[in-house]
Amino acid sequence: MSDSPHGQTNALKPSRLRLSDVILEGAGGLSTRKTRTALSALGIMLGIAAMVGVLGLSESSQADLTRRIEALGTNLLTVSPGQGFGGGDGALPESAAGSIGRIGPVQRTADVVVLDHAVLRNDVMNPNETGGLTAVAADLDLVDTLNGKVAVGAWLDEATGATPNVVLGSVSAERLGIAEITHGPQIYVGNEWFTVIGILESFPLAADLDRAVILGKQAAVEVFDLDLNPSIIYVRTSPALVDDVRAVLPATADPANPEEVEASRPSELLETQDAIEDSFTNLFLGLGAVSLLVGGVGIANVMVISVIERRAEIGLRRALGATQSHIGRQFLTESLLLSALGGLGGVLLGALATWMYARTQGWEVVVPAVAVFGGIIAALFIGALAGLYPAARAARLAPTDALRAS
Amino acid sequence: MNPAMELTEVVKEYPGTPPVRALDKVSVRIDQGELLAVVGPSGSGKSTMLNVMGTLDRPTSGTVVIDGQNVSAMGERRLSAVRAQHIGFVFQQFFLLDGLSALDNVANGLLYNGVSRRTRREHAAHALSTVGLGHRLDHAPAKLSGGERQRVAIARAIVNRPTIVLADEPTGNLDTDSSEIVMELLRALHRDGSTIVVITHDRDVADSLPRQVAFRDGRIESDKVAA
Repeated sequence: MSDSPHGQTNALKPSRLRLSDVILEGAGGLSTRKTRTALSALGIMLGIAAMVGVLGLSESSQADLTRRIEALGTNLLTVSPGQGFGGGDGALPESAAGSIGRIGPVQRTADVVVLDHAVLRNDVMNPNETGGLTAVAADLDLVDTLNGKVAVGAWLDEATGATPNVVLGSVSAERLGIAEITHGPQIYVGNEWFTVIGILESFPLAADLDRAVILGKQAAVEVFDLDLNPSIIYVRTSPALVDDVRAVLPATADPANPEEVEASRPSELLETQDAIEDSFTNLFLGLGAVSLLVGGVGIANVMVISVIERRAEIGLRRALGATQSHIGRQFLTESLLLSALGGLGGVLLGALATWMYARTQGWEVVVPAVAVFGGIIAALFIGALAGLYPAARAARLAPTDALRAS
Repeated sequence: MNPAMELTEVVKEYPGTPPVRALDKVSVRIDQGELLAVVGPSGSGKSTMLNVMGTLDRPTSGTVVIDGQNVSAMGERRLSAVRAQHIGFVFQQFFLLDGLSALDNVANGLLYNGVSRRTRREHAAHALSTVGLGHRLDHAPAKLSGGERQRVAIARAIVNRPTIVLADEPTGNLDTDSSEIVMELLRALHRDGSTIVVITHDRDVADSLPRQVAFRDGRIESDKVAA
């Protein structure tokens, strides 16, 4: 068929509106009312931004948690003295670590003994101002067992662990004002001088150790003459048998008072944290959905007003040959474009918010594809819903009434 | 040759108690190439006549045949197609879209014919030069005088080369000079072969046209061809 409208044939061709024209007309309707378009798209935009932001932040924080859980390893167990009635003295039997080490699937253990000595920067400090730091004596296996990392200097070995040397947890180093060890900085623990030979990176979920000043057990025994009742034992076990090992840990650690021993799995705490964040995510997603609906009502409202204001235009279009469905499609397209605009803006805003917040938290930025596409699809769905009634109303308007209106 | 439009015994009643009979057995034949006035005081039925001739409204009884096609029994979609291809409207209020240039307003006369935007604009530019506005293509309607706006509207009405142009009080919103220019334009289009019906209450406008169909109380009072 020729593209000319002038090929006069007697046969009546149906009115036809090209798809590209539907979109152009819809966009034209919006661009002549810019302020209104922007404001009504804003409603949808905020709803979508809220949902994308919530999903993005939840994914980012989850990715961070997963990373921490992986760093920690789900096969790490801790054994510590519980609060029993039997006069639990807050310590495990000295033999506990050895007994646990003999459980088949246990790969590695390391125990830590908390020392009752103040950690001070030097010998003129008030011994009561310890800055919340604790001195501990630890197995040389500690860092390996916890997958810890040395930030500066070195971890204790056979030699340095037997002499007055310490390694600082990340927080301890900060509070003591020690950032490097080239000049062999010394600190004062329990009336003795110790040389700092290393600084550790933060342990995932072992904040206690971050605030600790760690010396070798051998050195602790020689300098302070103390009992080596472990305050906590870290147990790395075969991943398949974590629960089995955990079940036998109390009796193995303290056969006399197994009820006074607490065996826990730190990764479970992170998983719980994860679950709590999930429930908050759902709450905020719900709020986002509500604001999306409110935005949809706003669009419906604006579209109804638009139909009333544009009766003459509708009449004119009918006179030019538009069918009812052409008119309906035009208004539905306007509504869809409006919501798509809001959806797109919302996705960008939500992603930006995620990016900014995740950056301040030091998280890896994750904006899930489901949030991006889901956001746009949700916006379009709301737009279609909101546009349906105004579009039907515009389509049903009798051309004679529409033309009489002005 | 088919008549451009032929109405036979057309009755249009609006419901009410008693029903209002706006058109009472109107029969009229309009040949291709005619220029005529449908004239009458307000309430005489000429607006209803415009709606029925323009297929914006269906008659209660009787038949309307446009270029050989009986439109009385057509459904909504086919009537829209008749308007898109056979009828050009010119309104007293111009009905130009503010957001569009003169060119795009005229191009909209072909919007529902399924032709490409480029083709629409080419024909629109041609139609605008026909009405003497070839230099005003990019002007927004708000920047044009009343007479110019009506000429843009006329260009829109003829851009699809309709069988018949229906002009409803085309000079109703214009001053004397602009009115004269618009009427002269319609006469020029008529000389070039267009079929044009001017619906008006203005006797002077009607007197200036070759044929006058006068309405009173929903009936044709007289149908005179100028000597």
